[in-house]
Amino acid sequence: MLSTLKERTGEVLLPGDEFSFETDDSISLTGPVRPEKVVCGPGLRRSGDRLLVCKSGVLRHKQPHMFWMDSQQRRYVPAKGETIIGIVTVKSGDVFKVDFGGSEQASLSYLAFEGSTKRNRPNVQVGDLVFSQFLIANKDMEPELVCVDSSGRANGMGVFGGGGLVFTVSLGLVRRLLTPHSEVLADLQQLFPCELVVGMNGRLWVKSSSVQQTLVISNLLQSCDAMTAQQRRQLFRRVAQGAL
Amino acid sequence: MMEVCGSSNVTLREFGCEQSLLSRPDGSASFIQGDTSVLAATYGPAEVKVSKEIYDRATLEVLIQPKVGLPSVRQRSQEQCVRETCEASLLLSLHPRSSLTLILQLIHDDGSILSCFLNAACMALIDAGLPMSCLFCGVTCAIDADGQIVTDPTAAQEKESRAVMTFAIDSTERRVIMSSTKGSFSVHELQQCIAVSQKASEKIFQFYRDSVKRRYSKTL
Repeated sequence: MLSTLKERTGEVLLPGDEFSFETDDSISLTGPVRPEKVVCGPGLRRSGDRLLVCKSGVLRHKQPHMFWMDSQQRRYVPAKGETIIGIVTVKSGDVFKVDFGGSEQASLSYLAFEGSTKRNRPNVQVGDLVFSQFLIANKDMEPELVCVDSSGRANGMGVFGGGGLVFTVSLGLVRRLLTPHSEVLADLQQLFPCELVVGMNGRLWVKSSSVQQTLVISNLLQSCDAMTAQQRRQLFRRVAQGAL
Repeated sequence: MMEVCGSSNVTLREFGCEQSLLSRPDGSASFIQGDTSVLAATYGPAEVKVSKEIYDRATLEVLIQPKVGLPSVRQRSQEQCVRETCEASLLLSLHPRSSLTLILQLIHDDGSILSCFLNAACMALIDAGLPMSCLFCGVTCAIDADGQIVTDPTAAQEKESRAVMTFAIDSTERRVIMSSTKGSFSVHELQQCIAVSQKASEKIFQFYRDSVKRRYSKTL
């Protein structure tokens, strides 16, 4: 099965395609037999002894044995450990309710901020933007957010956002922005100096030196969602020359 | 698969499909079969009203809008057919207490409308990235006055036929998920129509695969 998966890496697969153990998978009788291990990421599900594709997309592979489906999606489904941009909607007693664009609102305790105690409450109002990560995110329970990491430090998380603009893009663009040597980010850095916060729920926050530049950057990011690399570089070049 | 009688011909009208054409929904697709054209949009998994939530799976709602006027009883029965097919192929238990909404807008009706709804719905669900265990497609067959089976009939052909049947076929084992029939026909004719539909579904699934390949062909 590992060999078929490796062969089909980079192919576009549809839901319903499956991978199973071939009958002529030979086990060597002389050498040591190592069990094949395959780690399935998003888009692949195990069903009995078969591996089923459940989302359309391109099959990707990371050494040594991780496989997942790279699909283009707009709606965010929460996953533990992901950092997102949320908007505080309700402030009730000890808990804030945060909207992150999913099927229900997440809860954020007031004690989950750096340096907050029962006497020293954080300054969070309804409508504030918070950059936080999921502590609990599965299909059976209400999602829970925290603004501290496991050692109790904020590490960049918390309330933010005076003077910037929040907008939504597809999840694919967000992942491309967060890869280690992101081309999109490199092209953007050559344009205007700006502050950018990337939430994995598809929300981006941008702040630049003037309102016009902020709007230009937000329009550029929203439009380069569906462009190839070459079209995007052409567009950025035109903007840098002052055409837009 | 059952044996196909030689006298039937599996000719389908020209297909056309476009994905992600609307900016607001999470997934959208338009599907064109000859002159029949349908636009589908999907939202989800999103918030659900407490009265409609199901504790262990997602609530799927299908809305069919006709070209003119408000939805009537005919649209409600078509919605039921589409909803049952989608519920059979979506993995609803992965999103409990959420809602999935599928909206199908009829652009032009020239026959085989229920199968066009099913095909557009499947493409929109693929586009939205909702987890599915298999794909499905819709095929319409009409039996004309001579007893010939015509696949993918136009509106004029449907009017002159004595029976019209629509089947939803799944992609993994080519089995019938849903059937909707109108008119009078024999058991043998029904079995022949099912066999013809299963054969026609191969072409439709190959078309889905080509459409999705084209969509992912741009290296972004």
